[in-house]
Amino acid sequence: MALLEVKDLEVYYGVINALKGVSFEVNEGEIVTLIGANGAGKTTTMQSIIGLIPARHGTVIYDGNDISKMPCHKIVNLGMSQVPEGRRVFQELTVYENLVMGAYLRKQDNEFKADIERIYERFPRLAERKNQIAGTLSGGEQQMLAMGRALMSKPKLLMLDEPSMGLSPLLVDQVFDIIKDINKDGTTILLVEQNAGKSLAISDRAYVLETGAIVLSGTGEELSQSEKVKEAYLGG
Amino acid sequence: MEIIETLLNGMSIGSTYAMIALGYTMVYGIAKMLNFAHGDVIMVGGYMLFITMASALSNPIIGLIFAVVVCMILGITIEKIAYKPLRGASPLAVLITAIGVSYLLQSTAQMIFGSAPKMVILLDLGNIEFGGLKVPVYTLITLGCSVVIMLVLSLFVKYTKTGRAMIAVSEDKGAAQLMGINVNGIITITFAIGSALAAFAGFFMLLKSPSLSNTLGAMPGIKAFTAAVIGGIGSIPGAMLGGLLMGVVEAISFKIPVIAPYTDAIEFLILIVILLVRPSGILGRKRREKV
Repeated sequence: MALLEVKDLEVYYGVINALKGVSFEVNEGEIVTLIGANGAGKTTTMQSIIGLIPARHGTVIYDGNDISKMPCHKIVNLGMSQVPEGRRVFQELTVYENLVMGAYLRKQDNEFKADIERIYERFPRLAERKNQIAGTLSGGEQQMLAMGRALMSKPKLLMLDEPSMGLSPLLVDQVFDIIKDINKDGTTILLVEQNAGKSLAISDRAYVLETGAIVLSGTGEELSQSEKVKEAYLGG
Repeated sequence: MEIIETLLNGMSIGSTYAMIALGYTMVYGIAKMLNFAHGDVIMVGGYMLFITMASALSNPIIGLIFAVVVCMILGITIEKIAYKPLRGASPLAVLITAIGVSYLLQSTAQMIFGSAPKMVILLDLGNIEFGGLKVPVYTLITLGCSVVIMLVLSLFVKYTKTGRAMIAVSEDKGAAQLMGINVNGIITITFAIGSALAAFAGFFMLLKSPSLSNTLGAMPGIKAFTAAVIGGIGSIPGAMLGGLLMGVVEAISFKIPVIAPYTDAIEFLILIVILLVRPSGILGRKRREKV
């Protein structure tokens, strides 16, 4: 059974039809990527699934629950977490306080402390800067913090919206390595990326989103071989 | 000696403004709206004090508790009925609604209690004298209570889970929701806290001058809003600072016969000057525009 099943999702911004019936699924343990150009509806899809933007039609089933009409905080409580586009760490809070915010729905017990240590192990830069105000971190460090913060809720499904955006090539590689690692440790990943080459390379399956609809799907390898994808997203 | 008396008086007026300004600034920070009915919550609190004092109980402390509870319920109700349905609507629509709520409260109070001012004598405390200083006791009560309340509020925001959630919501509502924070719940709590502070402000105002009418909260509301903007709207320390500044300026201005009649004008002049020099207020930050 799929961990996440999106059926016929339609989202409107006023009269603009941003998603025109998007359907896809993510199975437990997979890395699934949505690729697509700017304005294809990738971020809208992500935000609609987690309840930040209301959908007009369609259903979203997560872990056996219909979450289509559920408010965001209840969906998060079911074990879904998202690293939003542009990272959106809390600029005025410290690195540590940001991680604590990520664990908002959890008790601050020993397990919580162990998890913070685990995040510091995975992201040593965050450990070095744990008392620094998040707004003063570099873009790469903020991305690490956003990922660490999202992991603090112990999600079954981690969604990442453009995690490589605005990062240097070296950092981009690092981010994709970390995503692979997180997945190996048992977290299912739904990724949205413009960097199609890198993301298809680590994906089990992928979908191509164009102007609000899925136009192509397949395994990561199939899509990176596809002429259409090569032409449109991998630079020929 | 007189200057110290004036300053103490100013600080007590100012801490009353600060109480009200905190309500404006917290609601603005969290819900991103200007709640222009906030001043009238003070007035409702005043009438609750009046009811208690006119009843068999006739105890100012019970009156204060009654006023705080009623104001909290009122604040939450106003938010649920008038503002929540407009979440996501244009700021102008929300602003007009808030002004409508303000008039609704004033007119309702007038229908129930009439338009003649009521006298609400809470406590007759007299003056305290030491070392040549003559200070009315209500000044010290107002000042002392305000300091405690502001301290508790600051600690609450910084060290409790709910307080941190408030900071998160005021910085980025969407990201806060992704943390699992129930934003509507946080907004409700904010309105409750702001309205409770308004009830305290009403108590302090009636302690100082016992005349109560349905426009009790109108002018102090506007001045406290000015104080919040001067301090930097959205900033809690800013509201405290702005409130104190307004109160001290007001007290000093009253003492100087030539400018005393223009006190209100001077206060608003300060607002204009601050907005010209530092548009985000003394302690306000420039908000980064998010893409």
